[in-house]
Amino acid sequence: MTTQTAHADDHHHEAPKGLARWLFTTNHKEIGSLYLIFSLAMFLVGGAMAMIIRAELFSPGLQLVNPEFFNQMTTMHALVMIFGAVMPAFVGLANWMVPMMIGAPDMALPRMNNWSFWILPFAFLMLLSTLFMPSGAPASGWTLYPPLSLQGGNSFAFVIFAIHLMGISSIMGAINIIATILNMRAPGMTLLRMPLFVWTWLITAFLLIAVMPVLAGAVTMLLTDRFFDTSFFNAAGGGDPVMYQHIFWFFGHPEVYIMILPAFGIISEIIPTFSRKPLFGYTAMVYATASIAFLSFIVWAHHMFTVGMPLGASLFFMYATMIIAVPTGIKVFNWVSTMWRGSMTFETPMLFAIAFVILFTIGGLSGVMLAIVPADFQYHDTYFVVAHFHYVLVTGAVFAIMAAAYYWLPKWTGHMYDERLGKIHFWWSTISVNVLFFPQHYLGLAGMPRRIPDYAVQFAEFNMISSIGGFAFGLAQLLFVYIVIKCVRGGEKATAQVWEGARGLEWTVPSPAPLHTFDTPPLVDDSLEHKDRLPS
Amino acid sequence: MSNDAPQSTTRTVAKLALLAVGMFGFGYALVPLYDKFCEVTGLGGRTGDAVAEIVDAPDSDRTVQVHFDSNVNSALDWEFKPVEKFMDVQPGRMYETTYIAHNRTNQTIVAAAVPSVAPGQASLYFNKTECFCFEKQLLGPGESREMPVRFFVDDHLPGKIDLITLSYIIYKNEDETERVAAVGP
Repeated sequence: MTTQTAHADDHHHEAPKGLARWLFTTNHKEIGSLYLIFSLAMFLVGGAMAMIIRAELFSPGLQLVNPEFFNQMTTMHALVMIFGAVMPAFVGLANWMVPMMIGAPDMALPRMNNWSFWILPFAFLMLLSTLFMPSGAPASGWTLYPPLSLQGGNSFAFVIFAIHLMGISSIMGAINIIATILNMRAPGMTLLRMPLFVWTWLITAFLLIAVMPVLAGAVTMLLTDRFFDTSFFNAAGGGDPVMYQHIFWFFGHPEVYIMILPAFGIISEIIPTFSRKPLFGYTAMVYATASIAFLSFIVWAHHMFTVGMPLGASLFFMYATMIIAVPTGIKVFNWVSTMWRGSMTFETPMLFAIAFVILFTIGGLSGVMLAIVPADFQYHDTYFVVAHFHYVLVTGAVFAIMAAAYYWLPKWTGHMYDERLGKIHFWWSTISVNVLFFPQHYLGLAGMPRRIPDYAVQFAEFNMISSIGGFAFGLAQLLFVYIVIKCVRGGEKATAQVWEGARGLEWTVPSPAPLHTFDTPPLVDDSLEHKDRLPS
Repeated sequence: MSNDAPQSTTRTVAKLALLAVGMFGFGYALVPLYDKFCEVTGLGGRTGDAVAEIVDAPDSDRTVQVHFDSNVNSALDWEFKPVEKFMDVQPGRMYETTYIAHNRTNQTIVAAAVPSVAPGQASLYFNKTECFCFEKQLLGPGESREMPVRFFVDDHLPGKIDLITLSYIIYKNEDETERVAAVGP
């Protein structure tokens, strides 16, 4: 790696080597890599837990694990995947790409950036250590609903503090990203010239700052209820357990958009590149993202229709939820319009992006089904819900992260990944993920409840199919790890532009991107404007 | 970058940090807001303060059936039952009914009952002037007690409601029970 300039004050030219280099780094690219590596590791840990779940559900009856441990697996799988895999992956991508996309030399607060990352390994060490404690890991589901979540052992305190640390890390990361985007754009990089990935992250960061503290408050109330005799959620002391669900989902629903808006940004970068056309309806995409973010604050109760609420409230939350389909529809149609009559090629990032558009839409539509109050009473807490949120999170968020990894790996490493293996990984993942999750729709409609280790025999066939898909999907991700390692180690040299249709500042710097870029801010004018993705 | 960038960054960070702290406070503010909201709307079947007046000449054509229900939390080994299963009442007139509690253990226990009225809309019109749920109940080993409830239904009760359920869950009050065991009542 080379340093381009010698005049900036903050750059350590005699950087420490070895482990210290990574512990003390304040460089946005190195921290971005740390986030991505951490996220990949957590993806494998959470994936291993999913394998245990699918192995137990392979056939009816109790085979491999006891029910208590099974419940710990479903809970920990969710916590690890949400807070350990998906969110850090997006933060890692933001660290790497946002400064390069807006022509900034680094993040606005490099030291805080280091801290945001290094909190995370300790948070997850604490969370995962509960698996080895006498009272075990949390087993009440990732939502930690009281009174059940308060009936576990003392390891619960470790879970709460781990969540606090994750929250602090996310909030610091979000503050850093907003400060970078608002204050460090290159001259000429107006807000409406920013790449859509930057826009979606700006909005996501605001969501994070608005709701992560609310989660911190909710789990703190759980902590004091459990250990300090308060009665926030304890009916015997005048509290109300349903109130927890309201506070939790006030955080929880924006949280699901935190996990999908950056994915929208990634897809909005990739599709124009491989369609060799400017993004269709750029401004509409920005406003659609903002509308989704706003709506996410007023729909929380659709997660809890079955607690019982007045007709007026049910109708409000049902209609508000359904309205989200409008801005989301705008996005899907704009992606399709971008591809329309484009000179499309189908490299691996584009394949993942197209699969995202199709499969995320399936997940979105089952979401509209779940929004219908009377139908929700039937679907609530069944495998239909499991199928729905895995379509939006696995074939949505995770596929977008995969697409982003393939898209930007050449820029990060300077090498092209193995395109043949990438395509195998794509088809293997896409087929197996549908074998894994599509049958779960039918299981849910037939009445199979979620979060149970055993089930009635009429669900046996579809569960077996789903498990086989699960094992295949899990195996495919080991291939992904191999492709990434192979690409880091070597391969065909990548050019600065990497992709023929790629436009934007990040493609003007050499591949691999040097440690310090844009120490002198570039001048951004219409020739670089991301909207101007004309065929070259 | 120009020199004012760090300054503007500091300002942005200060505002965002304030927002984060404010939202933490907002999470806690949701607790009283939620209670107030439930009280005003009657959601969750909470019964508010008695505000309506007893009328001398109630609308005698109308009767509403009030059902009495009781539940005991699993941590409490008491019997707890209403004497009457239901009662036909005229809105605007005062009534009294009784619940019986019996301590099945050989220890002194303090418990508290939490009331709830269904449907939630009716809870705004259901007024208790005297209730064992207003205070904690102490029962010695094997002791039983008849506990009265005096209530009336506001005659502004919407016409479509003809059945109201008054339900209680009785919980053990651990702190008081321990205190009583240590120092006596």
